[in-house]
Amino acid sequence: MCDTCGCNVTPGNAKFAYKPVEPGATTISVLQGLLKKNDDQAEHNRAHFDKRGILAVNLMSSPGSGKTALLEATIKALKGELKVAVIEGDLETENDAERIRAQGVPAHQIVTGTACHLDAHMVHDALHHMDLDGIDILFVENVGNLVCPASFDLGQHANIALLSVTEGDDKPAKYPVMFRGADAVVISKTDLLAVLDDFSPDKAERHVRELANPAPILRLSARKGEGLDAWLAWLRSQLAAQRARVAAGRTQRPAIQPEGALMHGAEA
Amino acid sequence: MHELSVAQALVDQVGDLAGQHGAKSVHLIRVRIGPLAGVVGDLLATAFPLAAAGTPAESARLDWVAAPIVVRCRTCGAKTEAQPNKLVCGACGDWRTEVVSGDELILETVELDIPESAGD
Repeated sequence: MCDTCGCNVTPGNAKFAYKPVEPGATTISVLQGLLKKNDDQAEHNRAHFDKRGILAVNLMSSPGSGKTALLEATIKALKGELKVAVIEGDLETENDAERIRAQGVPAHQIVTGTACHLDAHMVHDALHHMDLDGIDILFVENVGNLVCPASFDLGQHANIALLSVTEGDDKPAKYPVMFRGADAVVISKTDLLAVLDDFSPDKAERHVRELANPAPILRLSARKGEGLDAWLAWLRSQLAAQRARVAAGRTQRPAIQPEGALMHGAEA
Repeated sequence: MHELSVAQALVDQVGDLAGQHGAKSVHLIRVRIGPLAGVVGDLLATAFPLAAAGTPAESARLDWVAAPIVVRCRTCGAKTEAQPNKLVCGACGDWRTEVVSGDELILETVELDIPESAGD
């Protein structure tokens, strides 16, 4: 079924297909992404990262699933090996940025007020407050929300969706847009599995696969340090891949970029 | 919630198009939304008048159509319809599929009121 090129129009239904246009009116066929301005800004951000050889990673999850704790543990583990910077997004407070700065790492807090997600323009503004010289990995900790952040490209190279074991293993089935767009899924707080008998990591993984998503599922506890090695290995492999891409003059969009839109010729 | 941001982005984009074509107003805006785009058409339609107030799109009608979810199986090659949280192949059941329709968020057409003198 095609509503755009007119191939479904027959002599019988043509009179319904082409409504008379009011005098003086002109129809313009546009066929471009509705978030074009955001996407243009996101490309600009990505080019900025690529020029500096930085890997940009967007962390998304519900509030309280352990994004900041994962970052704290990651920064500790990578100290002396890789330089990290963080952009934090929350409706209010500098709390998360302060937690990151306490680890000796530059952090900028975006206070969104009432906005439920970060967009590419907010991240661009934040970049003006940050010195990215020598940075290897920039983490963007999105606003805690399993819905809206999934629709906005920020210029990152990879998306992480966190799912803590206290949330229920069917979250990927309930929030498919978010989990479909994840390049890696982190199942966090696994140290609590011992006392939670109703969360099955295998079931969570099956729900992710049913979204046609082949992303690695990383099970870890940032507090106890369990499973961190696989997460750090994934990060290192992503950074190596980013450096290889930069050397070859290529870039990578996260999985969130709608493939369908590309196939519809909406966005180059 | 974020539909208002999307509506503002849409109004900006339509405003740019109106400016480029020398239009004095916009009659109709048609968008196509897939269920996997993460945007609810009815909420976008509710947010639209708020975003459009005081812009060339102020009196425009927003028409949105829902795109079906269609996946192509990487294993058996079949193209089948799917559910937002079950993007598996309808023919062989394999999860290794790619979405060919259903995640788009596209401004399809705008109908502009262009004064004759502004035409080129």
